[in-house]
Amino acid sequence: MDDLDTFRSETRAWLEANCPTEMRQPMRDESDACWGGRNPVFKNDAQKAWMETMAARGWTVPDWPEEYGGGGLSPAETKILRQEMARIGARNPLMSFGISMLGPALLKYGTEEQKKHYLPQIARGAIRWCQGYSEPGAGSDLASLQTKCEDKGDHWLVNGQKVWTSYADKADWIFCLVRTDMQAPKHQGISFLLFDMASEGVSTKPILLISGNSPFCETFFDDVKVPKDQLVGELNKGWDVAKYLLGHEREMISGMGLGGQSESLGAALAEALADDPLLRADVARFDVDQMAFKAMSEKFIDELKAGQAHPAQPSMMKYAGTELNKTRHELVMAAGGSDALEWESDRSKKGKAAREWLRTKANSIEGGTSEIQLGIVAKRILNLPGA
Amino acid sequence: MPLYLNDDQAMLRDSARSFMAEEGAIGKQLRHWRDKSCKDGFGHALWKQFAEMGFTGILIGEDDGGLGLGHVEAGIVLEEIGRNLTPSPFLTTAIAFVEAVKGTPHGARWFPGILAGETVAALAVDEGAKHRPDGIEMRAERSGNGFSLSGRKQFVVQGASAAVTLVAAQTDEGLTLFAVEKDAKGLEVEGVRLADSSIGARLTFDEVTVDADAVIGEVGGGAEILDRALNAGRTGAAAELVGVGSASMDMTVDYLKQRKQFGKLIGEFQALQFRAAHLYSELEIARAATLKAQQLLDEGGADAEAMVSVAKAKAGRASLLAVQEGVQMHGGIGMTDEYDIGLYMKRDRVLNELFGDPAYHADKLARMKGY
Repeated sequence: MDDLDTFRSETRAWLEANCPTEMRQPMRDESDACWGGRNPVFKNDAQKAWMETMAARGWTVPDWPEEYGGGGLSPAETKILRQEMARIGARNPLMSFGISMLGPALLKYGTEEQKKHYLPQIARGAIRWCQGYSEPGAGSDLASLQTKCEDKGDHWLVNGQKVWTSYADKADWIFCLVRTDMQAPKHQGISFLLFDMASEGVSTKPILLISGNSPFCETFFDDVKVPKDQLVGELNKGWDVAKYLLGHEREMISGMGLGGQSESLGAALAEALADDPLLRADVARFDVDQMAFKAMSEKFIDELKAGQAHPAQPSMMKYAGTELNKTRHELVMAAGGSDALEWESDRSKKGKAAREWLRTKANSIEGGTSEIQLGIVAKRILNLPGA
Repeated sequence: MPLYLNDDQAMLRDSARSFMAEEGAIGKQLRHWRDKSCKDGFGHALWKQFAEMGFTGILIGEDDGGLGLGHVEAGIVLEEIGRNLTPSPFLTTAIAFVEAVKGTPHGARWFPGILAGETVAALAVDEGAKHRPDGIEMRAERSGNGFSLSGRKQFVVQGASAAVTLVAAQTDEGLTLFAVEKDAKGLEVEGVRLADSSIGARLTFDEVTVDADAVIGEVGGGAEILDRALNAGRTGAAAELVGVGSASMDMTVDYLKQRKQFGKLIGEFQALQFRAAHLYSELEIARAATLKAQQLLDEGGADAEAMVSVAKAKAGRASLLAVQEGVQMHGGIGMTDEYDIGLYMKRDRVLNELFGDPAYHADKLARMKGY
């Protein structure tokens, strides 16, 4: 047996022994996810134990260096761990924008002090992070953001407004794009700042969406004082950090196309498809697309870990994955018929299917619209001339 | 195993790429043989060169003088074949037929000729206009110490040039495969030129008698071997489709960077940029699905068959999009015979039909998944 075979059998045995049975059930909805944070809300003891056990082993972030709270695993070992977790249906122990977005940016752009301070907290789920990017006047044209950050000698002073801040009302800290030079060309006056959401002058207001839920907020900054050492990367070079982080955000969002629930949508909808040959055909085509995309995701991650992925490939993944997820939910609604339209009944689990369907419409908007991604692919991968 | 090519495979790709771009180029092969109305539709000298490169032995075991490699390597060569529309009997002979007779006495009989680039083999499966291997009706009746075959086959790719053809027919024991040689009495072969100028054949069997040792595998045991051969062929066709689609996209993207209208390069227009980017995405996904199917076939995994159907369907649709967008974005010049993009459209159509079209494979996947 080679080392990887040994690692696989040991990992399998460890997961069998340590993953609670409750954590081997598919998540029913977003509320089943474990987000950690300063005031964590756990659905049950198993969820808490699973997060803590995995964090203690460094396996909430298996491929980060051990010194920053990671597992120090190689790409091949990380892949085996994910396969073994998938084999028993183990849930992700910790959902975190710190893990999927901020962490990679800190690993690349943070100072040693910043890495030592923030990364282990992220790995343990001690701090729940949110992302302050979009503003009312800066959506697809993100670099036109206007939140102002002034150097006041011993601190930064932040004033402005963010919007579409996911879970800002539940987050402990924010990683935020701010303008530190009002005169420079728009991409060159931006910096990347971290601060505590409990700071004086920070307020949030949830936005009611078409799904009836409020996962996003408006976030206001009114004379917020931020310590000087909480700026990541160089002053006025925050756009580089922002773009790097967006790549990771897009990877995360592209994973939604995989659905997570069942390998075959048709198998899950079989009863409804039995007397509807046209819908069955649409679903069969969808299953082809999603299984092909699953292979694409595996290939993309393998290439990324090996340093072989094109830097703009996350844009392709984000585009394809989110469009796929929207199609999935259109098909689920079509198969559900009028049953799936019920909005409040217990029968429909309070409109679960309909609310999820509506939620997916944001997938191709958040993190850069599909049109933004296609533009990036056209220019950076296909090298088509700029308009 | 990571889902990208390892160093050895990348080396094979590089050598296959330069060989095919040079020796298998459209002007040198496809147009040359087409314009001569060649009865085979390909050049025998090139088939020999394939053998010298080692390509024909990719799936043949080392004990039999081959390279003992797998479907990933076969696919590498096929993608380059697709890029250059190189006509050859590679897919039917070195992939599907080899996979069918591997480990049987027919291997010893035919492998030396295949390894030498002399023998061409074909598969006779389809009996109607569509690929329906579950509905084979052709009969093989016991006769003397062998069988007597009667019936019709069509879309037998390279059937007009083949020294040996795998023929699927029903016996009292069930589906059975036979290796039928070209001079068999009662076998009529009508070579037919297809839209892409390759040659298929319609075969008519009128009480063609073969010995018992013409049976490949066991009498009544043909279904499993046929599945194996077809899945190898489907995965190979998917790889070739990825090549066809990729070359079409590359040509088209190049054209967008050269052609000016309204005082601008047409590649500056967002309407075309978005379509080109969407096409790129579809082809990348098709390539990943195809590589996954190849790896699963090589590993012998239980999931392989579903992934083969995914790959054939996805690669077919992605390549179809590539040739359609290719002709459209080229505009009028794309309709001319002089320009190559139209040749890609024709090849795509043939490969999409070969071994089952996207609808066939989506349906097959659905049945495998229980709906």
